[in-house]
Amino acid sequence: MPSVCLYFQVHQPYRLRRYSFFDVGHIHNYEDETENRRILDRVAQKCYLPANMLLLKLIEEQQGKFRIAFSLSGTVLDQIERGRPDVLESFQRLAATGCVEFLNETDSHSLVFLFSPREFKAQVLRHRERVRTLFDQDSRTFRHTELTYSNDLAIAVEKLGYAVILAEGTEKILGRRSPNLLYRPAGCAKLKLLLRNYRLSDDVAFRFSDRNWAEFPLTAAKYAHWLHRIRSEGSIVNLFMDYETFGEHQWEETGIFKFLSALPGEILRHPEFRFQTPAEAADGNRPAGEIDCPEFISWADEERDISAWLGNAMQQDAVHTLYKMESAIRRRKNEGLLKTWRMLQTSDHFYYMCTKWFSDGDVHRYFNPYESPYEAYINYMNILDDLSQSIKNSKGESR
Amino acid sequence: MQILMFGWEFPPRMSGGLGTACFGMTKGLAGLGHRITFILPQADQTSAPFLNLVAAYGIPVSSAALEDRGAGVLHRLTVHPISALLTPYLNEDRYRELTLYGRSGFRNSAVVYGHDLIAEVIRYGRAAGAVARRFSFDIIHAHDWMTVPAALLAHRISGKPLVLHIHSLEYDRSGDNVNGEILAIERDGLEQADRVIAVSHRTKRMIVERYQIPPKKVSVIYNAVSRNEAQRIYRTERTGRQKTVLFLGRITFQKGPDYFVEAAARVLKVLPDVTFVMAGAGNMMRQLVERVGELKIGDRFHFTGFLQGEEIERIFSLSDLYVMPSVSEPFGISPLEAMLYDVPVILSRQSGVAEILKHALKVDFWDIRELSAKIIAVLKHPALMGVMAEKAKEELRTIRWDTAAERISELYRETV
Repeated sequence: MPSVCLYFQVHQPYRLRRYSFFDVGHIHNYEDETENRRILDRVAQKCYLPANMLLLKLIEEQQGKFRIAFSLSGTVLDQIERGRPDVLESFQRLAATGCVEFLNETDSHSLVFLFSPREFKAQVLRHRERVRTLFDQDSRTFRHTELTYSNDLAIAVEKLGYAVILAEGTEKILGRRSPNLLYRPAGCAKLKLLLRNYRLSDDVAFRFSDRNWAEFPLTAAKYAHWLHRIRSEGSIVNLFMDYETFGEHQWEETGIFKFLSALPGEILRHPEFRFQTPAEAADGNRPAGEIDCPEFISWADEERDISAWLGNAMQQDAVHTLYKMESAIRRRKNEGLLKTWRMLQTSDHFYYMCTKWFSDGDVHRYFNPYESPYEAYINYMNILDDLSQSIKNSKGESR
Repeated sequence: MQILMFGWEFPPRMSGGLGTACFGMTKGLAGLGHRITFILPQADQTSAPFLNLVAAYGIPVSSAALEDRGAGVLHRLTVHPISALLTPYLNEDRYRELTLYGRSGFRNSAVVYGHDLIAEVIRYGRAAGAVARRFSFDIIHAHDWMTVPAALLAHRISGKPLVLHIHSLEYDRSGDNVNGEILAIERDGLEQADRVIAVSHRTKRMIVERYQIPPKKVSVIYNAVSRNEAQRIYRTERTGRQKTVLFLGRITFQKGPDYFVEAAARVLKVLPDVTFVMAGAGNMMRQLVERVGELKIGDRFHFTGFLQGEEIERIFSLSDLYVMPSVSEPFGISPLEAMLYDVPVILSRQSGVAEILKHALKVDFWDIRELSAKIIAVLKHPALMGVMAEKAKEELRTIRWDTAAERISELYRETV
């Protein structure tokens, strides 16, 4: 029986305030609270609230047959807990239906696995705990920030007790194999691997409102028809995308909510098809083969690698300066400093420093609060400078 | 197409970006098959080196030799000098200095020179207009206000269409202390020209808002930089020694040199080993030398005076950062030249070149705190300096005179 596995990533970083070199030593609060609140309110209004309401209605209508998954980053959880309890509550209502799986990730939406195994584990356990508390679920599925993935990561995740991990279905690891099957990561005994069908996912996430696209306009019926062609035994079509696709990246006027509203019915019109959450899909199938992924991959850009975050010398400098602070931070045993250090690990801060597509101005630009990658780097380094001083000063206090 | 072009500087004799722009542009246009007769003032006999250089590219030296001498791109370009005591962006004060101190050494005794810049421009106009009678051409292309009387005369005599190319306006050069006569000449030219080329959207906005020219008449065509302008005689000499920050340009209100001095003082409080260099000359120099003394940063702040040719290349090759804090810069080619030397660049947002450069840092010229913070950032972080220089190099490849010349050529076709 072919399955459709829908997972939505929910994430908002903490945007940083404009922090000048001359602020170092004077200002120790790095967050741009006004901007974060403004964006959260906008996204809550345009996406989270209406989309949650729609999904809840669809789940009720389909009486258990429409099943989905979410992963909420720790940074978005912090922000909705702090400022928009109504949004948190609407996610909790979805959790209560029993048809929604909440995944685990690194709490800071970080790339920490590449830099510190110890901190990686701490962030995963922290996120697991929060999902348990807020949504009353013990996650069995793990996804790393921006679907970054490698053999080593899979092995570490298996050790943490997860049953399934998500990754990008890129040809780099698949060769000519299908992304619509369950796999086993190389080096793992139990862990299973679900791979994103990037064509079908991006048809919705990126191309939905593109008038130059040959398939425009995309209707739920047409889309379901494409899915129905993938009907071999054991097929799992993994549609993974940012939740903000609905109403924020694709505005309501594009008809994205109408599309979403009609989609479950259109897919379930075919009697063999069903929806499953990642954990359910992994349980019900045996791996079709092994996937070897020695180098890191991700769901970003054409390259599907980690160069969007760590591709240039500024990004490398920033990330290494940050992780060099780890031992000093731990020695201080200062909750505030630790929290700040973790907030600064969010991958978005490094993404803003990406120079790859800056000249062309595209998707990177849309998400970037800075005028240029250089401004992003300067701002970030000034903040690290101040944090580093604060660490030194806090040593003085504890003596 | 045959183009009659009026300018007033051409490499190597020039003091600003206009000569550089005219060189790149005419080379690009000649490459597209246009024939250009380039009329420019000649201050004195020392103009000879300039003619020699042009001759080296195959352009006839003598003013009588006006014919195209065979193949090759620059062969289609004829440079025709006219005697006049004009240097670019000369203001009335500096003009008087020149004539009073007798540094000009006029050769053409047949002409009586006035002690007044405007009269000089008009005289250049008459002579140029007369010269224009001797050529056949399809279109007239003039650069900035000083060529306007000449171009208008040629326009009247020939009835051929006139394209006025604006590289700088009186409002840019003088802020609100504008010279009314220059303004009137600019207005005259802008109104009577068939088409106007502005070097940036910033300049176009000024032309439309301050001179009430219909926006449809004004096209924006950005300047560029050509590789041969910087032949890299000097290898980069930045080797981890003390860092040098460069200002290069006229030391006048327009270029914002005072903001550079103030920023230097702030940077030196944080990074006391940095050297600041101000290369250029201008009427604010004395005031700034005094200010540097007042700030007690004289040991880290150097004035080089006016630099030319190789000296400019050398100073770029010695610098770690180039700063252009212009108060009002229609375009600004020099940051592009700095980038050719792998020098990262900080620009004022009040410059036309900021509209096209992505791999540069930008500040408001008045924001000294931000300017100093950015200077510190570049000097402190080798990663930043490295990525900026590397990306700027890629970006420069897309800023080509060939592309600008194609757009100008298109505009000619629409106009004729």
